[in-house]
Amino acid sequence: MDETQIALAERVAEEQRHHKMAQFFWVWGALLLLTGIEVYLTYQNMAPAKMLTILMGLSLIKAALIIGFFMHLRYEISLMKWVTMSSVVGCLLLMTIFFLWDAARVVTLGVK
Amino acid sequence: MADTAVSHDIPSVYEPSVFGTYSKKIGMWLFLMSDSLTFGALLYAYTYSRISTANFLGQTPFHSESIVNATIMTAFLLTSSLTMVLAVRASVQKDAKMQTIWLLATMLCGAGFVVLHGREWTNLIASGLTLPMFPASPGGEANADFARITKDVPLFASTFFTLTGMHMLHVTLGIVYLGVVALRRKFIPILLGLWLVAWLATPSYSPFHYGAHVLLLAAVVCGIILWLKPKVYDSSDVEVAGLYWHFVDLVWMFIFPLVYLMSARILPT
Repeated sequence: MDETQIALAERVAEEQRHHKMAQFFWVWGALLLLTGIEVYLTYQNMAPAKMLTILMGLSLIKAALIIGFFMHLRYEISLMKWVTMSSVVGCLLLMTIFFLWDAARVVTLGVK
Repeated sequence: MADTAVSHDIPSVYEPSVFGTYSKKIGMWLFLMSDSLTFGALLYAYTYSRISTANFLGQTPFHSESIVNATIMTAFLLTSSLTMVLAVRASVQKDAKMQTIWLLATMLCGAGFVVLHGREWTNLIASGLTLPMFPASPGGEANADFARITKDVPLFASTFFTLTGMHMLHVTLGIVYLGVVALRRKFIPILLGLWLVAWLATPSYSPFHYGAHVLLLAAVVCGIILWLKPKVYDSSDVEVAGLYWHFVDLVWMFIFPLVYLMSARILPT
């Protein structure tokens, strides 16, 4: 790495030196708890659409915890956060547009 | 060659990144963004095949044994993410010993995940949930439900094995990546040993018998990289490796509910 890169890496490392260990354990506990809730809900005999909505909601919370705390995106500058997240979400939304259109057609017409 | 550059007092010609971090990390984020689209497409393919299959819910395959197994696998991955972040923390505090210990713990949790997943695949294949490309497993007691699913909903087996297989491959390569960061050249003979064990200990009809060669290929690639560019990995390398590992964990957070929980046998038909 050249000097600029080393300086940047050192600055990032310096910022991370202040991260508290307990916080990581709390996040880990929360992730395990959310997983436990997901498994519990699986056996509650809910309607599939309702269950899918809840499970995806819980998965998004878990994803946010992992990206924010474990991947340290929470501590990056705003531009980094916005560029990475908006581009991924944008691409996945594009996939969703095609998927929903066709999936809705399948559901409306009925599966033969 | 980049390695032949000598240190000098000339200031860098490059301006600091507008993203406020070093380029290796930005490179890894770009890779992860592209990889998330691969997994996104696979998850959409799985979901679409499910929606477009009549009476899919009447044929949901996973009994509580599979759900318990997948839950333990999830716990392994979540714990590995914790140990990984502790490894990153140890690396920025320049605690080399703890860094290695936490990296090895992460690899152990990842290996636990792969072993459990491999066992599950083996059981599913032996029970009749299989792909035409997999050799028939001798002596296995075919489960009527799985045989029916394979026959009536062939897309389920295809998308299930592709999605989970791709994820398992990512976890396996992640373990190799962490092994190289933690042990550098010392990891190569270990990797070759693991390859031999995985190859010789699995029966010839198992998909893992040939899948084990991924480890041999990884050993060759790692050997070349470590020979061409030997270095002591610093905290930035550990952090970048951590990003990859957490991403693998992140993807599983969507595979687990979509593939396993939504296909649990308890769902109404």
